[in-house]
Amino acid sequence: MSAHAEAIASARGPGFFRRLCRSRAAVLSMLYIGLIVLLAVFAPLVAGYDPMVGGDDSMLPPLSPGHWLGTDDLGRDVWAQTVYGARVSLMVGVVTAIFAVTIGVVVGGLAGYYGGWADTVLMRVSEFFQTLPRFVLALIVIALFGSGLWKVIFVIAILSWPQTARLVRASVSSLRQQPFVDAARVGGMGDRALLLREILPNVAAPIIVTGSLDVAAAILLEAGLGFFGLGDPNHISWGSMLNEAQQYLRIAWWMSLFPGLAIALTVLSFNVLGDALNDALNPRSRVRS
Amino acid sequence: MSTPILEARGVSQLFPIRSKQRLFARTTMQRAVDGISVAIHPGEVVALVGESGSGKSTLGRMMLGLLPPSEGSIHFRGKALAALSAEEARTFRREVQVVFQDTGASLNPRHTIAQSVAIPLLHNLGMRGPEVARRVDSLLDQVGLAPGRFRDRLPHELSGGQRQRVGIARAMASDPSVIIADEPVSALDVSVRAQVLELMDRLRRQRQLAYLFITHDLGVVRALADRVLVMQGGRLVEAGDVDTILSNPQCAYTQRLLAATPVPDPSRQGRRLAEAMRQNTLGETPP
Repeated sequence: MSAHAEAIASARGPGFFRRLCRSRAAVLSMLYIGLIVLLAVFAPLVAGYDPMVGGDDSMLPPLSPGHWLGTDDLGRDVWAQTVYGARVSLMVGVVTAIFAVTIGVVVGGLAGYYGGWADTVLMRVSEFFQTLPRFVLALIVIALFGSGLWKVIFVIAILSWPQTARLVRASVSSLRQQPFVDAARVGGMGDRALLLREILPNVAAPIIVTGSLDVAAAILLEAGLGFFGLGDPNHISWGSMLNEAQQYLRIAWWMSLFPGLAIALTVLSFNVLGDALNDALNPRSRVRS
Repeated sequence: MSTPILEARGVSQLFPIRSKQRLFARTTMQRAVDGISVAIHPGEVVALVGESGSGKSTLGRMMLGLLPPSEGSIHFRGKALAALSAEEARTFRREVQVVFQDTGASLNPRHTIAQSVAIPLLHNLGMRGPEVARRVDSLLDQVGLAPGRFRDRLPHELSGGQRQRVGIARAMASDPSVIIADEPVSALDVSVRAQVLELMDRLRRQRQLAYLFITHDLGVVRALADRVLVMQGGRLVEAGDVDTILSNPQCAYTQRLLAATPVPDPSRQGRRLAEAMRQNTLGETPP
């Protein structure tokens, strides 16, 4: 294959993954996220214990026989809890991000493309949601309607979409004025096709990047709610583990260390992944391999 | 004289300017284009000259139907754009095409060359099936790009001159009768410029195209245009036949514009450019 043909080939599909792997931090993040996803999916197989059921041995330190991350105040296995907690965190993170991105793209796309009063109305609404103090609103909704996984997801999604909407709006309204959009309009494209085929694909990179950051933010917010005892009481989450661990901070550090580490690494990984996606998705960084 | 294909009748464009300093910003209206009338007849090349900010491109956008005029109206074959039936509007969309200056921004960075050129075929002409690919190849061929080599490439893999050829192929795809060319060569190297101009001139002769050629290069005007319009600050300051205007400019502004042209004698530069265009053969060296 000539160097020229190679350059063309690298601008296509498989090159994307290669570009994504250019950064070592991105590779580590993806490996970590992959590991967490596998643990979450196969939690019943890898946990070894029921995370909700305690045993006789309470507050065993890490590396105790049978409990390599130790046990909590009720004798529940910390490893099992952390593994099952990943299910809640990932589910809340991913589902929330999907909701937030969907609402954000629709609202931001319409506001940016049509401008005028549609823009004004939609952006004032998004500002209203942005000015709400995130945590306080989450507290109020859960205090009023009770907690539950789907309520948590709903609350976080309602709070997260404005950022995506503003970002999409800004990108769309600047892309709308690009000559290639005018050229496509002169070529006979209607509004729908222009927005869906000419404009939005060029916003895909920032959308995917904020989606990844939304996952991180949602995991953090869910952990925060869990920490204050506002998570779903029927599920173990990293936040609720921290909530219980805080009173034993001096005597059982492992109870807070492992869920804390899991939250920090997961949030960090999704942020690093977002960054790497941003670099890899930029069409101008293509070809150079 | 025949009915003009495209005509602007006393069009103005007002843009709101908001003062940013104050809390309660006062909005004033800026006249980017101020009461201009232009008529383009079949097969005619009209040059629109003026410094940047003189409203040339805004006038171009209005004539393309991309920007409704604040005052006045645009007429397509004698009928106001606002009054066109759906069928006539489709004809207008097909017959009035555009070539932009910024070759980097005028092609969607995510579309392959073939996808970009296919847009007018699919949407303006409603073409479907294998016919589309065949048309794309023949259009690329017409503008001097080997279809096999360029069809599946992305815009950033092409040079400025090659991208401009794609832009011209896309404009030609609709089989237009007028092309509004907004500084189509001012972003290109001088050597490439002559090749692209030669291509545009050849297509004009083959297809009886009319051009509204927006430019600030008087050499280009000399080489291509039949008539020239000079704009300053949104107004038309001088209009007429190319030879008359370039050899004997009446307006002080046109005289300054002539004096500011890098080569002392723009008519000589025009002849040189015309010469270069004659000698040029198609086929550019790859980037």
